[in-house]
Amino acid sequence: MLEISGLGHSYGGAAPVLKGMDLKVAEGELVTIVGPSGCGKSTLLRCIAGLIAPSEGKVVLNGTAIDGVPDELAVVFQDYSRSLLPWLTVRDNVALPLRRRGANRSERREQAAEALKSVGLADAASKYPWELSGGMQQRVSIARALAYRPSFLLMDEPFGSVDAQTREDLEDLVLQVHRAQGMTILLVTHDIDESVYLGDRVVVLARNPGRIREQLQVTLPATRDQIGTRADPEFVRLRAEVGGLVRGVAH
Amino acid sequence: MTAATATVSSAPRSRGGVAGTVVRGVLHRWLPLVILVAAWEVATRISDSPFFPPPWEIAKHMKDLWFSGPASHLFLNGEATGNIFPSLGRMALGLALSTLAGVVLGIAIGRSERALAYLNPIMQFARVIPPPTLVPVFIVLFELGTQMQVASIIFSAIWPILLNTADGVRSVDPVQMATAETFRLSAFERIRFLIIPSALPKIFAGLRLALSLSLILMVFSELLPGTSDGVGFELTNAQSVSDMPTIWCVIVLLGVLGYLFNTILLAVEHRVLTWHREARKAAS
Repeated sequence: MLEISGLGHSYGGAAPVLKGMDLKVAEGELVTIVGPSGCGKSTLLRCIAGLIAPSEGKVVLNGTAIDGVPDELAVVFQDYSRSLLPWLTVRDNVALPLRRRGANRSERREQAAEALKSVGLADAASKYPWELSGGMQQRVSIARALAYRPSFLLMDEPFGSVDAQTREDLEDLVLQVHRAQGMTILLVTHDIDESVYLGDRVVVLARNPGRIREQLQVTLPATRDQIGTRADPEFVRLRAEVGGLVRGVAH
Repeated sequence: MTAATATVSSAPRSRGGVAGTVVRGVLHRWLPLVILVAAWEVATRISDSPFFPPPWEIAKHMKDLWFSGPASHLFLNGEATGNIFPSLGRMALGLALSTLAGVVLGIAIGRSERALAYLNPIMQFARVIPPPTLVPVFIVLFELGTQMQVASIIFSAIWPILLNTADGVRSVDPVQMATAETFRLSAFERIRFLIIPSALPKIFAGLRLALSLSLILMVFSELLPGTSDGVGFELTNAQSVSDMPTIWCVIVLLGVLGYLFNTILLAVEHRVLTWHREARKAAS
């Protein structure tokens, strides 16, 4: 599915931001990436999305080396208020990328409505993004990514700017989407609890230069819930381990 | 009446209701103008100067000059349709072509840092040249009459639109641009759904300037040789026979037209840029 080998990047000859990174994400897997600030998370994400060409190594998606933005990939950005277009309705925001998919107007609207329904926003289709709360806006950008039907979904700290309750709802939405559509997801976060709660596998990064410190398989049951899972001794153990790794403490 | 009662019941606390507020608002806005016209009337009646006819006389003269036609033609007579319409037609054509060319060139230049860096000095230079000084050049380049008149309007009105568009195009949000890139929007889709809407607030600011410039240039271009009709032509004719009332009629007409066009443009802008206001409100 996704195969990163020997990935390294430096901006304009400066000290490298990423170095010698190898990572594989299998089809249908949900991998979370967590690390201290300045560990090159966003550079890694931009390399995978094809927004920048890495200075070393390569990224291969579904057997093809990435050169420019791949067709089967969608990105959910942290800054939903700037990622959605304020002059388009929610429906048109979701439907806009579908033009390239060769769908006609009514098909696009139908697919948009379906995606909005799957994130619980069926009634908001004709509203504008600025009429919605932050959490609802992020749901819209998730719906936009889902309607696009990518085989691979990249999420860049998607819940970094919503309140705690909304965050938990959105986390469960991601799990539900992952289960229902079998989509491969790579989610970047700075929240240790979130990385364990969501991931089938947690990749911990270290900084200076950004590299992989450790990869941990999450042995929690596939079905998770906010109360039960977080009280699970295995969750508590993993959280402590990831926390130690992020802070650079040996375990 | 129904509307008034409905609004009163929806706002029971404001004495006199919304209808009253609207009436008061209109009164407040128009009161200074009414006082000014009244004072003007009194002053001109007292001075009794042939150069300054009273407003009432100007109004009467306007009616005779332009509005003595049949009701089916909105009371416009041949004098009005033969002069005001050609003027407005040329202005509309000049403004439309300026907008089209200004937006297209503005997008092209604004998207390229290098093009902007190279062309900015030239554009700033061209922008500050007063169009009247270019008349001798235009006379050589264009046919006298409509062609030259429209060209003078365009050469004046295009700059604020072009420069504002180029500026607005550069202000596209980088996250929105990255989103468009990851969803692989085509160049056309980016321009249509991302770049033009982002630049629209700036484009409208340019359009407001271009509107008043094109009205000025509309009159000016009709003072040039080769003119056979238009409001400016009427003005020149009146001047040559010292017909003061007609000169004043043209002045008042231009003021009314300028006010009217600006009001229409503001209403359109208000409607088109609702998202802009609301999104900023939501962000703050």
